[in-house]
Amino acid sequence: MSKVEVTIVGAALIAIALAPLGLKNYGIYLLTLWCVYVMAGMGLNLTVGYAGQMSIGHAAFVGIGAYTAAILMKLGWSFWLVLPAAALLCFAVGLVLGFPALRVQHHYLAFATLGFNVLMFLFFRNEEWLTGGTFGISGIPRPPLFDRSGAYFYFTYGSTLVLALALAWIIRSPWGRAFAALRDNPIRAESLGVNIMAYTLLAFAIGAAFAGIAGAYFASLVEFIEPAPFSLTSSLMMLLMVIVGGSGRFFGPMLGAAIVVLLPEWLRVMKDWYLVMFGLAVVALMIWLPGGLLSIPERLRRA
Amino acid sequence: MAIEFREVVAGYSPTLTILNELSFTAREGEITLLIGPNGAGKSTALKTLFGLLTPRSGDIRLDGKSVAGTTPREMLAHGVAFVPQGRNLFGGLSVLHNLELGGITLKSGLRERIEEVLARFPRIRERLHNQASTLSGGEQKQLEIGRALLLRPRVLLIDEPSIGLSPLISQEVFRLLRTLADAGTTILMVEQNVRSALNFADRALVLEMGRLALERPAGELLHEPDLHRLFLGGSVQRKPS
Repeated sequence: MSKVEVTIVGAALIAIALAPLGLKNYGIYLLTLWCVYVMAGMGLNLTVGYAGQMSIGHAAFVGIGAYTAAILMKLGWSFWLVLPAAALLCFAVGLVLGFPALRVQHHYLAFATLGFNVLMFLFFRNEEWLTGGTFGISGIPRPPLFDRSGAYFYFTYGSTLVLALALAWIIRSPWGRAFAALRDNPIRAESLGVNIMAYTLLAFAIGAAFAGIAGAYFASLVEFIEPAPFSLTSSLMMLLMVIVGGSGRFFGPMLGAAIVVLLPEWLRVMKDWYLVMFGLAVVALMIWLPGGLLSIPERLRRA
Repeated sequence: MAIEFREVVAGYSPTLTILNELSFTAREGEITLLIGPNGAGKSTALKTLFGLLTPRSGDIRLDGKSVAGTTPREMLAHGVAFVPQGRNLFGGLSVLHNLELGGITLKSGLRERIEEVLARFPRIRERLHNQASTLSGGEQKQLEIGRALLLRPRVLLIDEPSIGLSPLISQEVFRLLRTLADAGTTILMVEQNVRSALNFADRALVLEMGRLALERPAGELLHEPDLHRLFLGGSVQRKPS
């Protein structure tokens, strides 16, 4: 990173940390929700942006994480045990979802992951004995010490930073290089001895684990979960988040999540026109800035 | 390490056979040049040897040991490296990261190996932190070869190294391959720039319709008056004089 970038990131980190001081509960809730989306988005960015796979089923993993956390915490498990459980379960399911990617690519893979999302949504809705069906699960506790909204925000924010560091480490490691090689040209990567199968599966599994962790934080944040937030629409929103910010750019999901979480709030004055405006903005962005908002500086430098 | 093809049959689908009981040998420490018209099976032979295609029948041996049907990763472990045709770098990654990818199968010692390669290619060292796509065509080919050399291969398979390079740079690449062969590396090369390549090769194999049609020492073939016919197509059978 250049000096300017370090300054911008540092200033943003401090500004976000100070933001709750001037916000009411709802504002703090939104900020925490942003952190949750960033965690999930970073995972999806690894799968889609860095490893070049396609996924329209990311919300299903957030759902698996959220339901795992909710069910286990209602059984009395501590948040600290629930968190690795949610991550591991999603990692395992992500490995399984990676298998179609070994056979199909692009839009075929998109449909395979889409099918997975629909399947999981139906599971959350219909298996009442486990998930509470459409009534959902309420009274999900927060970890002790962090149960007030401000404290829970700082807890989530800190965890997001830890996950961001983990992602940065992965990207800078030989794994990250292998993911990039897989994205750019799998045949070339194979000629160099990159284990295509292992890295494709890992790309899904690690991305899913990030989503599972996000799900656990989400369950504790809203204290009540039901199937709707894990529908196909949410998966599309998450994909949009990554693409709007800048797919394959480290800070893409951070910016994308801010837009997806905050823009609807700011555009609320437009009432019913809000979705129209949002849709138009996305269409315009895809036409003029296919590399996402974070590609603007490069565009300006080249111009 | 010697390479031996024994009646290898291979192709891209059950109905599309390219190698048609191809048999040949390439000797250790020599540059063996594969030439022939388009579709004769030159590149397919390299891909089959490297494990990107599985032979339907026949056998491929390295120093007498059968390697038919092994994966590219296993071939790399056997000491076989492959530089495919065209651009093979990851253009968005830096030169250094491209080199690191070349050593992804190494358990340790990557730093020393990279240093070893950079000592051979000073121009690559100067561009170490640049994006690979910003390198000139010649530099990119050097980086590709350097990346393959990271594994200190005993066999180097190289497909049309001179494509897109100026004659001067092509000569440089051929000279480099000659140095490697003289140091003991077995090189199997496909090249359309036949006259130039023959100057640096030891032996030439002419393929036709997936079979070996002719095998000659490179120097001898260089003086063949009908040389162009051998790779433009047409029979290699001499007319009775």
